[in-house]
This record gives sequence, structure tokens and C-alpha cells, in this order.
Amino acid sequence: MTAETVAQLCAVNKRRGAVLALAGVDLAITRGEVYALLGANGAGKTTAISLLLGLLRPDSGEVRLFGLPPQDLTARRRIGVMLQSAGLPDTLSVGELIAQVRSYYPQPRSQADVAALAGIETLLNVRYASLSGGQQRRVQFALALCGRPDLLFLDEPTVGMDTESRQQFWKTIRELVAHGCAVVLTTHYLEEAEALAQRVGVLAQGRLLAEGSLDAIRARVGRRQIRCISTLTAEQVQAWPLVHSVQREGDWLRIVTPQPEPILRELLAADTQLREVEVQRAGLAEALQTIAREAA
Amino acid sequence: MNALVFDAISRSSLVLEARLEFLRLLRTPSFAIPALLFPVMFYLLFGVLLAKPGASLQVAHYLMATYCVFGVMAPGLFGFGVTVASERDKGLLALRRALPMPPLNYVGGKLAMAMLFAAIIFVMLALAGALLGGVRLPVLQWLLLALVMVFGVLPFCALGLLVGSFANGQAAPAIVNVIYLPMALLSGLWFPLKLLPAAFQALAPVWPAWHLAQLGLMSIGQPTSGALFGHIAYLAIFTLLVGHWAARRLQREP
Repeated sequence: MTAETVAQLCAVNKRRGAVLALAGVDLAITRGEVYALLGANGAGKTTAISLLLGLLRPDSGEVRLFGLPPQDLTARRRIGVMLQSAGLPDTLSVGELIAQVRSYYPQPRSQADVAALAGIETLLNVRYASLSGGQQRRVQFALALCGRPDLLFLDEPTVGMDTESRQQFWKTIRELVAHGCAVVLTTHYLEEAEALAQRVGVLAQGRLLAEGSLDAIRARVGRRQIRCISTLTAEQVQAWPLVHSVQREGDWLRIVTPQPEPILRELLAADTQLREVEVQRAGLAEALQTIAREAA
Repeated sequence: MNALVFDAISRSSLVLEARLEFLRLLRTPSFAIPALLFPVMFYLLFGVLLAKPGASLQVAHYLMATYCVFGVMAPGLFGFGVTVASERDKGLLALRRALPMPPLNYVGGKLAMAMLFAAIIFVMLALAGALLGGVRLPVLQWLLLALVMVFGVLPFCALGLLVGSFANGQAAPAIVNVIYLPMALLSGLWFPLKLLPAAFQALAPVWPAWHLAQLGLMSIGQPTSGALFGHIAYLAIFTLLVGHWAARRLQREP
């Protein structure tokens, strides 16, 4: 373990009831990076987070938080947490909730800073019960920031947020990361992982199927995608060599291929009216499907 | 759990935690109104308005002590039982544990809340007794009664914690009421046990509320049964055993 590692699972096995929720999982989060943990429901994401937070203990293997057991209060005073479901006390005001969590830390952020970072300056005197779902989410985020954490755990953070809140939230995360805060993120929104994460871990049935930088994970899928407006039919294009699949979406054709260059030449030759050509590397969604398929 | 840390952060945090826990419950009408008003209302009705003058028993004195016990059971049973059950359900307990909440804060804050509620309930009943019920006591007896009630909340906190560690948020209020009201009746808190069949009188020493009522009555010089030491020992052992059981259940992995 290097000095730069802030949290780590080493060969961790964890059984939940009859299910092996994690099987021999190794992962390490480094200072200042955003690590996105991806996987379907039941893949083991929540178990992994709960182990890192010290809420669960591994059946075998080791869990470390800043080099200490995660139950250690000195280690935990360096983290901030936003869980998937946290019904905060309805009858307390936002300001009171922030004061409560600030009191857990040796050098907390000022209430004003916390409120500004989470965009809840106007809500401090409002009782938690009278907030909208999105506002409650922002308050939960504010609580995660109270302790100037070196490591932030965000479990499905933007569920229930509108687009604008989500953008604001991403902006704040990037600022925090720029100042050296590491983030462990679980999310169902792949665009969120693509927007924030430097590294991605893919869990399925308790095993870590793939881990690496976002680009490396995407590159596991060698395919490119060509989108264009064309009068050619899908059947015509499908007959060409190197074409993996073709779909028509209204005026648009979507062609998936391991090698886009010859296809582009063919397209330009076959359709002089061709417009709006885009070539993209496959997205994270395609990459995850491929990884899951290869593992199955 | 690791060694319990109780440093300066933990201490100042505990004070805040207790204050917020108190405010939270005070702002919850379904708790605050019955907990604060019912004991005093029932006392005024049965201990003052309907009391027969010249009865052998000093009704206003006797019922002031027993309604104090009835009153302090509520913050223990409801403040712990219902709160812990619903906080477990809603994931708040998990969040607090994941955050660096000092380990004693969760129970400590609620204990302080319950003792504060107990003190307020005692003051309300003492005022009702002194001003409307004609209760006259030496200062020492008032203080003793206050002491008994403020610490007497603890066994009910332990029992509430145990209910909260078993029940979910939906079931907890019902379970607590099933414990609370029959135990109050069977411990002679509403009227002396002599009015109940002998079998129920024999059963009384099982209930912590009965022991606390005897301590309350003793402290103001009313007739009691059993020995002082026995009541204190029962309540202390009950609190430790039940509290320990509850703590072990809450520390289990979800």
C-alpha cells in the first residue's frame, strides 16, 4: 500500500445471507481521484461501500481506510458520506443538521462554505421535511462536505436531482477533486461516471470484472460507431464487409464497426447526399455490455 | 467496536446531539403532546378533581408519585423505541455510523434527551400537585423524588432501545403501547394495586415500573412494599441486562 492510497479492499470475501456478495475483490482508491464503481443491482457495489465505511466486516481479506481499520475514528474523521437512502430527522432545520454533522469533525468547514458548495444557502432555516426531493439530496450532499473530507463516498448521489442540480453537483465535485479530495462513486447513470471518473471498476456477481482508466475501459471495446444522415437502407450497409450492425433511426443511420475508415469510404462513394457524419468511440454503456458478455 | 473514544470533539458534539434530539422530539407533536400533557391531565383528573376527601390514602400525594413514573416511562419507551426503530428503517443509523459520529453519541444524546423530558414531566406534576392538589413536602423529599424520576427513566430507555433493535418503524409504536399501558396499570400507577385481583398484585414485582413507583413513593414518605435496596438492585440489573442485549443487537451487521 502506497502513501497515496486512501482506501483499499484486499482479497475481500463477504457473504450476505446465502449469496457471496463479494468474491476475492481487490481495489484501491488513490488520493485525488474519482473512482466509479459500476454494476447492476446486486452486483456488490453497496457491500463494497459498506465494507470501506466499516459498516460491515469482511469474512476474509482486509479493508483499510487511510491505512487503518475503517472502524477507527481517526480514519473516519477524514471521510464524508452520502448514502443512497438516509431519512434525516424531519423536524430539524437544515442549519441544525449541518451543525450536528460539523460537530463530528476536528476542523469542519464553516456552515456558510458548506451551504455555498451544496447550493443550499437559502434553505438553512427550513425544516428538512418541507424540502423537495432534490433539495433533500443537496442537503445530504452538504452533510458529506462538512468535515473537509480527503475521501468522499457518494452512493447514487444524483438520484432525484434535476439536470441543473446535477450539473452544479458535478461542478462542485470537480472543484473538490482539484483540491485533492478522492471520491468513491456508485451510480446507475453512466454519463455521470463518464463526466466525473478517472478510474472505473466494474462489478458483477461479486467479482471485479474490469478496472482501469475510463479510456482503458472504453478501449476494451474496439468498436466505433458512425452516425450519419443517408438515403441508403440498413440492409444495403449491412451487406458490406466489417459492418457489425446497422440501425436506422428516422433519417439517421447508426453503424457499428471495428474499423470505420473503409466504411466511411464506401459510404461517401455510395451516397453522394451523405450528411452529418460523426464517428465515435463506443460509450461506456457498450463497453460494460461487452465486458459482462465476455465474463459470462 | 474499537475502544470508545471520548475526546473534546466527542464531548461538545454530545451536548449538541442531546439538544437537537430534544428539539426534534419537542417538535414532533405525536410524541410531545401525549408525553408532556397526559400525565399531568390524568393526575389532575384522578388525583385532584375526583379524589374523595378524607380517604385513608393521601390520594394527591400518592398519585403524584405514580403519575411521575407514568410520565417518565414515555420518553424512555417512545423516545428510544420508536425513534431507534424508524432511524434503523430509514438508514439514518447507518449514515451516523458511517460518519465519524463519536460512538457514545447515538445513545448518549438520546439518554440526555430522555432525562431532560423526565425532569420537565416531574416539574409539571410537582407544580400541579403543589398548586392544585395541596401536596406539601419538605424540600428534601421534593429533591429525592426529582432524583428518582430523572434516573428512573433509564430502565425504560434500555427497554425502548431493545424494542427499537427488534421492531421496524411501523410496528414499534404499537409494540411500545402494548408494553406501556398494561405495565402502567399492572404497576399500580393509575390506582393502588389493592384494587386489582390478588394475582396481579403478586405479579407486580416483575415490572420495572412497579419498582420505580415504590422508590418514588418511598422518597415522599408514602406507604410502600419491598425494600429500598431491592428496588434499586432490580432496576439497575434490569437496565444493564436489557441495555446490553439491545446494544449487541444493534451492533450486529444489517
